[in-house]
Amino acid sequence: MNKPELVKLVESKTALKEFPKFKAGDTVTVNYTIKEGNKERIQSFQGVVLQLRGAGTTKTFTIRKISGNIGVERIFPFCSPNIDSIEINKRGVVRRARIFYLRKLRGKKARIKERRYKAAN
Amino acid sequence: MSGLIGKKIGMTSVYDADGRNVPCTVIQAGPCVVTQVRTLEKDGYESIQLAFDDISEKKTTKALQGHFAKAGTTPKRILAEFSRFEAEHRKDFGESISTDIFIIGEFIDVSGTSKGKGFQGVVKRHGFSGVGGATHGQHNRLRAPGSLGASSWPSRVFKGMRMAGRMGGDKVKAINLKIMDIIPEQNLVVVKGSVPGANGSYVKIERWS
Repeated sequence: MNKPELVKLVESKTALKEFPKFKAGDTVTVNYTIKEGNKERIQSFQGVVLQLRGAGTTKTFTIRKISGNIGVERIFPFCSPNIDSIEINKRGVVRRARIFYLRKLRGKKARIKERRYKAAN
Repeated sequence: MSGLIGKKIGMTSVYDADGRNVPCTVIQAGPCVVTQVRTLEKDGYESIQLAFDDISEKKTTKALQGHFAKAGTTPKRILAEFSRFEAEHRKDFGESISTDIFIIGEFIDVSGTSKGKGFQGVVKRHGFSGVGGATHGQHNRLRAPGSLGASSWPSRVFKGMRMAGRMGGDKVKAINLKIMDIIPEQNLVVVKGSVPGANGSYVKIERWS
């Protein structure tokens, strides 16, 4: 469904941010700021991208990692002012745009084959 | 009660000062024209009638055409009364009111007609929990209402017993919504949270002081 022009006008006040392009199956590290009282510090979250969702200022991505023996997922909005930077650690070969099947897999089965890519990409 | 008539445009999200993502509804509110002033002497109560959204003269009845011509404005689609309008924002007959009566950060109420859901059962309509499981002989009773009451006394079903029926399409008011942003050029008010009704439906925005 297309958004009405007036909704886009409200969204245009939020600044779009530039990040390196990635897609589902890639392993990325998100560095984001958190506030503790008055102090701000940067924390990172590394994991596999499950999906990219939405468009424009409301676009988000989901990252999954295994912490201890428990799967942890986090959804980040691309335009969140709290995201400091995103690094791409690995590019994976997957056939789907949304790899929710990864949730059911553990251990060796949850591996994703690495994709070769040009450094300039 | 100060307020405006508006049109629900759609939903999006914005970021507040702390970087939190806040879901929002965009409402196109006003400018509304004062088409009637009710006074204590003449009508027994005080209120003003506002009109919103242009409509072609062809679609307006002769009676309403005269009503709008008296106020010196073009025909409008929606009329609504606002009682005890705050004196500082109140305008005279024929003048228009726009979004500048609102301030960013204050809390407002928005009322509208909720989306019609059609004929619905008791589980969706009244939040009944249905039958717990599909086994123990429950082959077609999963979402049934159960008993309607006792037997020989009262020998009838009490009035107001919650049953299946038409759901939605009611007047619903969402209260204490925070104004996140105002864009006066396009008459837009951005409020936190959701608002009753479909996109494009008309809503009444009220502020109680």
